[in-house]
Amino acid sequence: MNSFADVNGHTRTVLRAADLWKSYDQGAIQVLKGVNFEAIEGETVALCGPSGCGKSTLLHLFGGLDEPDRGRVSVNGSEVNRHRDLLKLLRHEVGFVFQLHNLIPDLTLAENCLIPTVAAGINKLTAQARLRDLASRTGLSHRLNHRIQKLSGGERQRTALCRALMNSPRILLADEPTGSLDEQSSSMVFELLLELVAGEGITLLMATHDRGLAERCDRLVEMHDGRVLEHVHA
Amino acid sequence: MIFLKLIVTNLRRHRIRSLISVAGIAFSVAAMLTVVTILQGAIGMFSGILSNDSQIIVFERNVSDLFFSNVPASSADRIAGWPQVLHADPVLFGIVSSAGHPIITLFGVTAQDARIRKADWLSGDRQTFASHSDDVVLGERAAEFLGVGLGDHVPIGHGIFHVIGILRTANGFEDGGIFMPLAAAQAFFHKEGSSSVITIKLKNKDDAASFKSMVKSQFPNLIALEDAEFTRSYSQFRILKATAWAVGGCGLLLGGLGIANTMIMSVFTRIREIAILRVNGFSRVQIGGIIFGESAAVSVLGAIAGLLTGTCFLFALKLVPALHGYVDTTIHLPIMMIVILLALCTGIAGALYPAAYAMQVRAVEALRFE
Repeated sequence: MNSFADVNGHTRTVLRAADLWKSYDQGAIQVLKGVNFEAIEGETVALCGPSGCGKSTLLHLFGGLDEPDRGRVSVNGSEVNRHRDLLKLLRHEVGFVFQLHNLIPDLTLAENCLIPTVAAGINKLTAQARLRDLASRTGLSHRLNHRIQKLSGGERQRTALCRALMNSPRILLADEPTGSLDEQSSSMVFELLLELVAGEGITLLMATHDRGLAERCDRLVEMHDGRVLEHVHA
Repeated sequence: MIFLKLIVTNLRRHRIRSLISVAGIAFSVAAMLTVVTILQGAIGMFSGILSNDSQIIVFERNVSDLFFSNVPASSADRIAGWPQVLHADPVLFGIVSSAGHPIITLFGVTAQDARIRKADWLSGDRQTFASHSDDVVLGERAAEFLGVGLGDHVPIGHGIFHVIGILRTANGFEDGGIFMPLAAAQAFFHKEGSSSVITIKLKNKDDAASFKSMVKSQFPNLIALEDAEFTRSYSQFRILKATAWAVGGCGLLLGGLGIANTMIMSVFTRIREIAILRVNGFSRVQIGGIIFGESAAVSVLGAIAGLLTGTCFLFALKLVPALHGYVDTTIHLPIMMIVILLALCTGIAGALYPAAYAMQVRAVEALRFE
């Protein structure tokens, strides 16, 4: 029985990729070559491997941003891209954090964070309460009304983290979330990331080049040339 | 609120571009409003000439232009004798020229005509009208541009006429026209015994239907229309109105192209932002809503600015002495609403392609190259 099992010893697979193939440029660039992968509820998984090995593509497929050429991608037991409401997936089930913060510079921190709640039509009061809670936990309460240009790199990435968690998703897909930060900020953001996902029981799938960070996840998955090479329990 | 802010933010982000688009719509709206209002005013004035102290106009059936209408004078005499008719005044229209002025409207009227009876005579005596065949009365503006006064002689066509009066009317066409006794005008235009129209005033307005049916039965070559009917159905007016709206429409089309250009640029320069919104759960419809919202905001701002500009322009035109009486600055609410609606439609049409493009943005493509 692993640490993610419930009291009865059951685990629930929330992310599943089965024989996943994906290419670009009409097959000229084969990115994924039969990837099989699973993650269970509440697990933190790091995807490691050289650039171009397919880490980001796998995240995009789990988020429904792209479609596989072959194979199956399932999130919370439902197959993505088939018989599934992709908007529901993006609005309520998964959150994304990217290497670049991808915030809208003309909006304030609070407004950026509220974007997913607007998309999902979440009640304003509920959204504001969630924002205050997340801002407090990420140390951004004093910056809520500041424009993005006024924030440091670490603060921007923490804002992106808040935004990804605004609609309380059960899965967080992070594509090198600390890749653009200095060592100190990187460590701080990662600590926060682990703290938040642990606190809310979120499944984290994170692509990273930083093996030090990767080893702090529950599991490290090594990818190379579009294939999963090995699963290492940290 | 954030949805609105996303719309406003992008307009503010490219202020100059947004302002140029607003200006494009504003000038189009101003042009449309000005042209349509001036033409509506002109049509109103022309109708006013015909409906001066009358309710019904009788003219030749199936004629393309009232200047070509021939109504026998005998018809006027017979109609005047009908029990429901208070008075029937034959009027002959024609275009004449004088030195340096190739187009002047000439009205051949009887001494009993309301234009003569009720006008504000600035000089001369209305009792003397039609005493001599070479007498004419000038509208105030005609006297001004012809440079003649009471007692002077004025060349009209091949003849020389004696000015026996100058009168003022609120109607630009009449004020810039020449009034000649009907018989003299018939001789001048070689249309002895006929007029262009007969204007009818009934004793009781309710008799209009019976009057019209009497004209139909007794004068098959003539048609009687009530003033409002005439304004609606007269082909020249319809052509003028269609032309005015077409000219204005072309202006709006150009404004719409400006909006399309602005919105295309707006979408192309923020593909990544659109991708971010998509990743955060914005639907295609919501993305389209932002783009349409921006173009609608530009259109409405442009329409408001255009209405203000057009109104100012119309007032300025009214102050030009040469246009006295020709420009009616009354902007009718329906015209205003139609212009705003057209501007809004233009904005939406201009945003169709940009919105469709934005709705098709694939987040993964936009975000792959960070």
